[in-house]
Amino acid sequence: MSIGDWGHLSVIVAFVAAVVSAFGYYMAARGRALGEVDPAWLKLGRGGFAVHSLAVISVIVTLFAIIYGHRYEYYYAWSHSSNHLPVYYMISCFWEGQEGSFLLWIFWHVLLGALLMRSARQWEAPVMAVFAGVQLFLMSMILGVTFGSLKIGSSPFILMREFMPDLPVYKLNPDWVPQDGKGLNALLQNYWMVIHPPTLFLGFALTLVPFAYAIAGLWKGELTKWVQPAIRWSLWGGGVLGIGIMMGAYWAYETLNFGGYWNWDPVENAVYIPWLVLVAGLHALVLWQRGRTGLRTAFALVVTTFLLVLYATFLTRSGVLGNASVHSFTDLGLSGQLIVYLAAFVVLSVGMLVWRWQQIPVSEKELTMYNPELWVFIGATVLCLGAFQVLVTTSIPVYNAFVGFFGVKSNLALPADQIAHYTKIQLWMGVGVAVLSGIAQLMWWQKNDKESVTNTFTIPAMLTLLGAALVILLVRQNGQQMSLPYIALLTTGLFGVLANLSMLLQLVRRKVRLSGGAVSHIGIALMLLGILASAGYSNIISKNTSGLLYSREMPEEINRDNVLLWRNDVTKMGPYELTYTGQYFDVPSVPEYVNKELLFPVLNDEYKAVARGEIKVGDKSYYKAGDTLEIRPEDTYYRVVYKHQNSGEEFVLFPRAQVNEEMGGLLASPDIKLFWDHDIYSHVSSVPDPTKEKDWSEAKEFVVSMNDTLFLNDYFAVFKSAEPARNTAGLGLGKDDIAVQGDIIVYGEKGRQYHVHPVFVVRNGMVGRVPDEVEDLGLRITFDNIDPQKGKFTFGVSTTQKDYVILKAMEKPFINLLWSGTLLMGLGFAIAIYQRGRQPKVAPAAAKAIIKQVQAA
Amino acid sequence: MKKTHLLALVVIALAIGIVMATAGDASVYVSFKEAKELAADGDLRKVHVVGRLPHNANNDIVGMQYNPTLDPNYFTFVLVDTNRVHQQVVYFNPKPQDFEKSEQVVITGNMRNDVFVADKILLKCPSKYVENEVKGATAGL
Repeated sequence: MSIGDWGHLSVIVAFVAAVVSAFGYYMAARGRALGEVDPAWLKLGRGGFAVHSLAVISVIVTLFAIIYGHRYEYYYAWSHSSNHLPVYYMISCFWEGQEGSFLLWIFWHVLLGALLMRSARQWEAPVMAVFAGVQLFLMSMILGVTFGSLKIGSSPFILMREFMPDLPVYKLNPDWVPQDGKGLNALLQNYWMVIHPPTLFLGFALTLVPFAYAIAGLWKGELTKWVQPAIRWSLWGGGVLGIGIMMGAYWAYETLNFGGYWNWDPVENAVYIPWLVLVAGLHALVLWQRGRTGLRTAFALVVTTFLLVLYATFLTRSGVLGNASVHSFTDLGLSGQLIVYLAAFVVLSVGMLVWRWQQIPVSEKELTMYNPELWVFIGATVLCLGAFQVLVTTSIPVYNAFVGFFGVKSNLALPADQIAHYTKIQLWMGVGVAVLSGIAQLMWWQKNDKESVTNTFTIPAMLTLLGAALVILLVRQNGQQMSLPYIALLTTGLFGVLANLSMLLQLVRRKVRLSGGAVSHIGIALMLLGILASAGYSNIISKNTSGLLYSREMPEEINRDNVLLWRNDVTKMGPYELTYTGQYFDVPSVPEYVNKELLFPVLNDEYKAVARGEIKVGDKSYYKAGDTLEIRPEDTYYRVVYKHQNSGEEFVLFPRAQVNEEMGGLLASPDIKLFWDHDIYSHVSSVPDPTKEKDWSEAKEFVVSMNDTLFLNDYFAVFKSAEPARNTAGLGLGKDDIAVQGDIIVYGEKGRQYHVHPVFVVRNGMVGRVPDEVEDLGLRITFDNIDPQKGKFTFGVSTTQKDYVILKAMEKPFINLLWSGTLLMGLGFAIAIYQRGRQPKVAPAAAKAIIKQVQAA
Repeated sequence: MKKTHLLALVVIALAIGIVMATAGDASVYVSFKEAKELAADGDLRKVHVVGRLPHNANNDIVGMQYNPTLDPNYFTFVLVDTNRVHQQVVYFNPKPQDFEKSEQVVITGNMRNDVFVADKILLKCPSKYVENEVKGATAGL
């Protein structure tokens, strides 16, 4: 049995075991009250899940072994991995494809299921029935079996031969195996891409737990007891998913060149929507626990969160977004299967909600303005409205597909300016969230009446107004405008920070404990302020000021946001003087980038190069001239020196461009200089295509003797000597072959000298020439001939356009507020989880009593 | 009427407002002919146009112009929409690197006088979607 057959068998076993487990748990709990189970069926359910877990692990190990072993006869390995991929990126290529990412999700469910089997106690059977049911659905997505024309799932263990049977090579050689894989998309070769997808999928997996509890509660008619465990799991889900989303944002900021961290791409939205609803649902759960209100809302939101996760899966994996998104998966022919599952879960869970709706307890008490519950409830509503808005817009391609299904042609497209569209509404959601989180938190920990509310609100409100006024003045002072929505977000964001901070300080003074809620809220408010500053006041500093203006079509209000930098020429840009000084490579064994001019390419192996001179960083020497070293040729780093015109301070950025065949060409990634109060963000917009042959002028011939001077266009050069060539790479010299290399020193600008070594070879009686290039000067010299009798040497010199990059640079003020806010948000979730783990049953009345005691003390 | 009912009404009103705002901001896929008509009517809403790049007999793209040394922020090309209408498009930004290889091009923007001024170019590269080229599959013979 081949390794792939073993993997496929494991998939089938895992699927069947999930079916058995779901059925066993279902039968164990059927017709009984919560906590009572049929032991025989329970055993079957447990055993089924154990077998399922082992089989899933076997699937994962097998797939990884295929990738790790470079077994390119398998399509998955060929299409995602390659010979030169480091191990940590093999982990990311594991989940680059749809099947692998399903596996990642399945794996987290296996872990969570194991935890629940140990800890859920009376809930085990009904919760695990839902769990195994979802696993069955996910496993079926990678099942890869066909019944007639019906295809169920797409297997990761499919062979190249099966996937592309029409390749001509198979007619001649049925056993043909590719030598190398297509490799991991270079944009994904980033450490954030190693940890971001697992985090996100863990967040996805965590949303299943409260959902399973809610469904189990509905099923067993236990409509209140599920809240307690659901809160804790929702906190985990909210924290992990929130951090996962922001990791993706940070990856985008670091790697993609759209100039920001959030692009409102449908795939990003597909995760953002369930997160908002999850957080709203968490608040509803807490409301029930404390104030015995909002239980119906909690049910609805917890269920909706999971359905939205499934909808996100459908959006990103059905191909329906193909025209609208840059990073959705392609259609694997599974959209029908996804729709069926999505519909099944919607019908099942909505049906159960409807069935029990009237029995779900509601609060009899009327909420007044002095109830913090009211404000929390409104806050959750704002979150849901925000989620609803993103959902309505993101689904536009779905409407087209849907009406197209009925034969109606629709040409609706996503808004042309998506950023403006979403900002318009989401900004107000931010305002609402900031202000409500402040109000609710201040009122949460005390008994409220007119007097106490006035007392608690006065100081934060006054500080907010003062602070906001100060900031607005400073912004105006700097010649920037501040529109009304911006002022609203600034003021409410400040209020959110200050109100929650003042509550936190009070709690600390009362020596009670930190409030996870307050910490998270401060984080969210800081994030909002960071977004306001960095996105609202992002400033393009690479405005083209060359003064070139052509009377072309209509250049009035068009932004000209890129500058052209010639190699080694100083160009003024904003407050900086910029110099582009050359192309660099990443050499894995050297801590800094290495100048391409120091690296001589090796023929037939683009991953190797020979050092032309000593490579050293600081005082430490890494390679001597002639050493062969390994390089990563996909990435070229463009060294750009920034010098501040006033302060004279200098820093160097290395924006990179990647030759990326899969993505169709050259892709640019930014480099970022971090300051405490802003970032300088630069990426190359365009470079001369490195894969394209340069246009060389016709060679001009020079016949010279040693120590003669050659007058090139703008420079002059001295031919020092001709010497036997030994170390030059890739010549493959035999015993009787001769190679001579010329040593020419070219004097460039500012007294810079360049050693040029063109080589003249006689191999097997044939003459060959290896030219040498000075990229800085756009010069190429060939060693054309030797006349030993006269001691004359002939060189050909051709020139090309000088090297350049086109660069875009932005300034992002106070972006650190966003990142530090993210960390605080995560910390807040962690504190909340810790507290709930320690004191699981502090009833709200008791909590109040504790506070009063401490106040009195 | 309970306060929650009032709240529900407000929420429904806001939700309707959101749907309306979305409908108002949504763009459309149009042909160049329709884009011209819209512009002639003074409708400056940005539209999407889907098209292909025209090739000559040598399989070179026709009508594409970009000279970064002259002006890095000016790129112009011709796009042929689904009705085979040729239209000059101007993009005041550097040429996207993989432009020539794209099979299909989606642009957003609007007509100004006789040219279509694009502010966004979405490329659809064949290799990104269909993985049917295998390196070495022929060289190994």
